[in-house]
Amino acid sequence: MSLRAELRRTVAVAGKDLLAEGRAWAGVASVILFAATALLLFGFALGPDVEALRQAGPGVLWLGIFFSGILVLNRSYQVELEGGALEALLGYPGDRRAIFAGKLLANLSLVFLVEAILLPMTVVLFHFPLENGTLGILAVMGLGTLGFVTLGTFYAAMSSRSRAREVLLPLLLFPMLVPVLVAAVQGTGAFLDGNAMGYGGAWLRLLLAFDIIFLVATFWAFEHVIGE
Amino acid sequence: MIVGPGSSHTQVLELHGVAHRFGRQWVLRGVDLSVAAGEVVALAGGNGAGKTTLLKVAASLLPPMRGSVRVCGIDFHGDRASAVRERVGYLGHSPALYEDLTARENLAFALRMHGLPAGDPDLVRRLDEVGLAPHADVRVRRFSSGMRRRLALARTLLGGPALLLMDEPYASLDSHGVELVNQMVTRVVEEGGGVLMATHDFQAGGRVTHRIMRLDGGRVAPLDPDTAAPLDEGGG
Repeated sequence: MSLRAELRRTVAVAGKDLLAEGRAWAGVASVILFAATALLLFGFALGPDVEALRQAGPGVLWLGIFFSGILVLNRSYQVELEGGALEALLGYPGDRRAIFAGKLLANLSLVFLVEAILLPMTVVLFHFPLENGTLGILAVMGLGTLGFVTLGTFYAAMSSRSRAREVLLPLLLFPMLVPVLVAAVQGTGAFLDGNAMGYGGAWLRLLLAFDIIFLVATFWAFEHVIGE
Repeated sequence: MIVGPGSSHTQVLELHGVAHRFGRQWVLRGVDLSVAAGEVVALAGGNGAGKTTLLKVAASLLPPMRGSVRVCGIDFHGDRASAVRERVGYLGHSPALYEDLTARENLAFALRMHGLPAGDPDLVRRLDEVGLAPHADVRVRRFSSGMRRRLALARTLLGGPALLLMDEPYASLDSHGVELVNQMVTRVVEEGGGVLMATHDFQAGGRVTHRIMRLDGGRVAPLDPDTAAPLDEGGG
């Protein structure tokens, strides 16, 4: 199949996943509710000290994204396992990487949706001075999320046939995400401080490098992990 | 229908010495089997004999650990797997549908995955063929198991397969559904394709089947003529 045909298949997979998630709205709603609750609890745990909240804010935001993102990723292949749909999906002609690309697009959309709720909550609860570097923070969130979701979609495929997939996915994924977590938290912190030391750009470049490595490696290996 | 590179190829499926194992247990131990264009082969065998595994290997869903598989003359290793999948329709044990999508949306998705346009008139025609046109906009979650089976059958035939692989195709179907499966099988055969089906229901399948093979001990052999007698009476 041509690249154009594979792109159409990618869009078809992403569209199907988003439509199914939209219909089973309770799933997305519970992810958002979990993320919001986690953020609130972190806020209560840190107490009323504004400076402490501001310091912890970037870390709490990214942990909220990672923990709620795991729920999104686990659901991603759940829909394929109900009724054995994965078998039919793998039986279609064309490059199976289109399936991965479609899943990646759908997961990115859902995690960005969660972030669209988490970020304003963090600004309010953790006293984020957003005027200092909104664009920089959005860039860190974009690149950090891309790295997280790329690797997460890959490991979700790998663990999808395991009975203990809900446990297995974070166990496989989180250790691999440590560099992304560090870069994302430090990058977010740097831009919140107005990027006075100029480190923000360096963290962004590091995140971009991780994203490229993750994208290349996962697209290359997907065919091997999704086959039985 | 895509038959293969060179229309002279008469075998739509050729398995030579195919072996597959799960863990240490060999389920298939050197299967030799072929299905010619215009032929319907039924695969018999007890539970756990490996019928589903054999169909999955033929559908390129499982790689053979030994031996070779050719569909329409194409060996399915590496980059050619997609070319094989283009020619195969596989109806598995489970309907493999999306519960939260409607019948129409399920078929539209399958058409797009085949690289075909998912226009409405075509979709309705295909749903009508399996008697589901009135339920086109009903979510699959509300379907009975027989309706799911019909929809799965419609999806399996979307790409115009040269090789139709079916795992217990008559399960959950009423007499009208059984007739529908046989009509679809006949259509594939008339268009020059071949069919391999694993079934226990020889009364239903006997009307369209040309040959019965038995899978036992990981190998395939023609079914004992005494056992096949009821099938012959069925008109096969």
